[in-house]
Amino acid sequence: MSEIIQPDSAQALAQALAEANAAQRLVAPRGGGTKSDWGNPGARADIVLSTAGLNRIIEHAWADMTVTVEAGCTIAHLQKTLAQHGQRLAIDPLWPENATIGGILATNDSGALRIRFGSLRDLIIGMTIALPDGTIAMSGGKVVKNVAGYDLPKLMTGALGTLGVITQAIFRLHPLPLTAKTLSANLPTLEAAQALMLAIQDSQLAHSALQLRVATMAVDILFEGTEAGVASQQAFCSTLANFQESSPEVWKAREQLWPAEGADIIKFSVLPSEIAQAVSRPKAHDCVVQATGIGHAKLKGADLAALRRQVESGGGSFVILTPSALDAWGSPGDTLTLMRAVKQQFDPNQILNRGRYVGGI
Amino acid sequence: MSPTLLAEFRAVVGEQGLIWSPEELKTYECDGLTNFRVMPLAVLLPTTTAQVQGVVRLCHRERIPFVARGSGTGLSGGALPVEGGVVISLARMKRILEVDLPNARMVVEPGVINLEVTGRVAASNYFYAPDPSSQSVCSIGGNVAENSGGAHCLKYGFTTTHVIGLEVVLPDGAVVNLGGNTLDAPGYDLAGVFVGAEGTLGITTKVILRIVKRPELIQTLLAAFNTANEAGSAVSGIIAAGIVPAAIEMMDNLAIQAAEAAVHAGYPNCGGLLLVELDGPIAEVEALMVQVDKICREHGASEIRVAQSEAERMVVWKGRKAAFAAMGRISPNYIVQDGVIPRTALPEVLDEIDRMSAETGLRVANVFHAGDGNLHPLVLYDRRIAGQEHAAEKFAEDILQLCIDKGGSITGEHGVGEEKKHMMPKMFAEPDLQTMQRVRCAFDPLHLSNPTKVFPRPRMCGDTPGEYHAHPLETSGVAERF
Repeated sequence: MSEIIQPDSAQALAQALAEANAAQRLVAPRGGGTKSDWGNPGARADIVLSTAGLNRIIEHAWADMTVTVEAGCTIAHLQKTLAQHGQRLAIDPLWPENATIGGILATNDSGALRIRFGSLRDLIIGMTIALPDGTIAMSGGKVVKNVAGYDLPKLMTGALGTLGVITQAIFRLHPLPLTAKTLSANLPTLEAAQALMLAIQDSQLAHSALQLRVATMAVDILFEGTEAGVASQQAFCSTLANFQESSPEVWKAREQLWPAEGADIIKFSVLPSEIAQAVSRPKAHDCVVQATGIGHAKLKGADLAALRRQVESGGGSFVILTPSALDAWGSPGDTLTLMRAVKQQFDPNQILNRGRYVGGI
Repeated sequence: MSPTLLAEFRAVVGEQGLIWSPEELKTYECDGLTNFRVMPLAVLLPTTTAQVQGVVRLCHRERIPFVARGSGTGLSGGALPVEGGVVISLARMKRILEVDLPNARMVVEPGVINLEVTGRVAASNYFYAPDPSSQSVCSIGGNVAENSGGAHCLKYGFTTTHVIGLEVVLPDGAVVNLGGNTLDAPGYDLAGVFVGAEGTLGITTKVILRIVKRPELIQTLLAAFNTANEAGSAVSGIIAAGIVPAAIEMMDNLAIQAAEAAVHAGYPNCGGLLLVELDGPIAEVEALMVQVDKICREHGASEIRVAQSEAERMVVWKGRKAAFAAMGRISPNYIVQDGVIPRTALPEVLDEIDRMSAETGLRVANVFHAGDGNLHPLVLYDRRIAGQEHAAEKFAEDILQLCIDKGGSITGEHGVGEEKKHMMPKMFAEPDLQTMQRVRCAFDPLHLSNPTKVFPRPRMCGDTPGEYHAHPLETSGVAERF
């Protein structure tokens, strides 16, 4: 059994890390535990370092549209607090009730809103991390526009906790939409669905989300804004396809791929113009693809290695999110040496999530 | 530089790609920040990635520091040569390699001019969103190094938001691809940390950019207020109403006068001028513009007008973008600053700048990206008057200290460079700066790439982290150490 440590301050967390580092004990940082099986299994951790004790919202500077929040705070709790001032963190990650800020950052989990608001890397403006040697370091800041120093918040986002433990993050916020409307259209073929998504992307619509649910060959689009703006865009959409008003529930389609129940769940990324081709190969019925080219699919008995080769040969990526005999990440391109050098600088003893990341990091 | 080495550089870039006569080198002794000057040993002008690699390999072998340079418009000394080093100019790598409209991507070389990117796709109604005021001359490679912003980044984000992938020559001469053509490439977001690193991590040789569809309607409103503070409260009102404009710019009276003298933009003569741009679907923009108009009037706007044509809108913007250069009309010399504050601190910061101005007797013209709190105070002075330059420099620095005190930043888009590195310890604690430099040690352990910039004290990269003890799991073969 791993020892569980739950510090209640960044200082205590850094201290625990430093002690583990000195003793060469392996550490697995943990937030809500919703994605703790992502990545490779790696070496078994001696210590689970929980951020559950760091769950405060430090400051919602609503007039400046920023929030400073500790890593252990759940997304749902944060959104509820921000909504009191009509604002939100414009992101729709998996399992918001349990997923924490630190967890979504470490796994770089973003959903359908990305097409309008960008992913976490575009919303985070500051971060505090604790390093294995006990250093507590801050980078970025509380202002949206800031180019002083290196952009470590981006480096840490998606690093799966292998460089340091995120203790606090600062985000830029967006206003809650005045109105929102979801429309859906059923298309006869994959090719038609892709053509529709590309046409919408090439139009002057200002949608907040656009996805394809392959099982029902439905294209979903989300409009947010003024009544007048949403109505006019809805009217234009009807000229492109038979769009009908539908339920916001469709945006949970990605989350509904889970539980895996013995199947493989993968995240793939391809060019938007190659979505139909990518999805047709595995006959992935249980598949949701954003117009950005990022998709999630649930596959039973598929030849994942072959699929990965095909996607990677076209410049895409193919990450296996459920436990697998294959490497979870796939090709690291030509940067593995550089990534290892970065890891060496931040965590020379490799105590953080050892072996779980890209290329064995 | 020894004749042998010079010959080796010549062999890589050819006679046309090598500058070493002192007269010609003068052009490269500074960038847009002209009060720092250093003569480089030589300037290399490669035309291909392989040539950049060849030059960097020689520098690495000889331990010669190098500074990459785009158009040289930077305002913080980022492209200032370093003592005993060479300058690698990317100005001749200026091809647009690929335009992929269905995927809204473009692949360009670093010497391509910012505005040319939009120029290439404008007919298809696409544009490249980051729009620094120098966009008609600045290069994409320079934009990548500085993470350039511009007036429209309030809505569209900075250069980093629009860079999907990079081909980079590392300081040891290795060529690597950071990010990629598709999103979320597995592994660390190295492109994320490279953009904005001010050329200290290597040299960009190819950039995959994201382009954006032009909105259905763009409207620009000008609102005149009696004071800059009134204009500031209108900005807060707009933001509080949940409106995210494409841009909100503010100019004070001195800045208005200068811009008028230079480009005759037809600005009303007032204490604080607000320029609010909304874009999006027609119905959306029209509905919100009514609201913005109302908010401006509620906050005391004496005159409001909306640009009636694209030509009129362009003139309005021309005045704003020419504001820095226009200072020459009203003052012999000036210092541009680039501080950022939380927007709500604007009234107190303006008052404080006024107080400092009265105290020093130096005039300050204020131009702001008001939506995101990015201030560009221009401290006006006359170099011919003894002591004024020094006083102006001190004043500009005091303004940055004020920004830090209000929880802001010393630079929103110009970069730290040479100019502000001594201010970094006032904004960050030493562990913060040391941690950032761990990245530098991973990319450039020999400190060859723009080595003296950004950080006031370089981190020693040779520091050994202590003796390594194998973990039991390793010795038992369960885990592997690389």
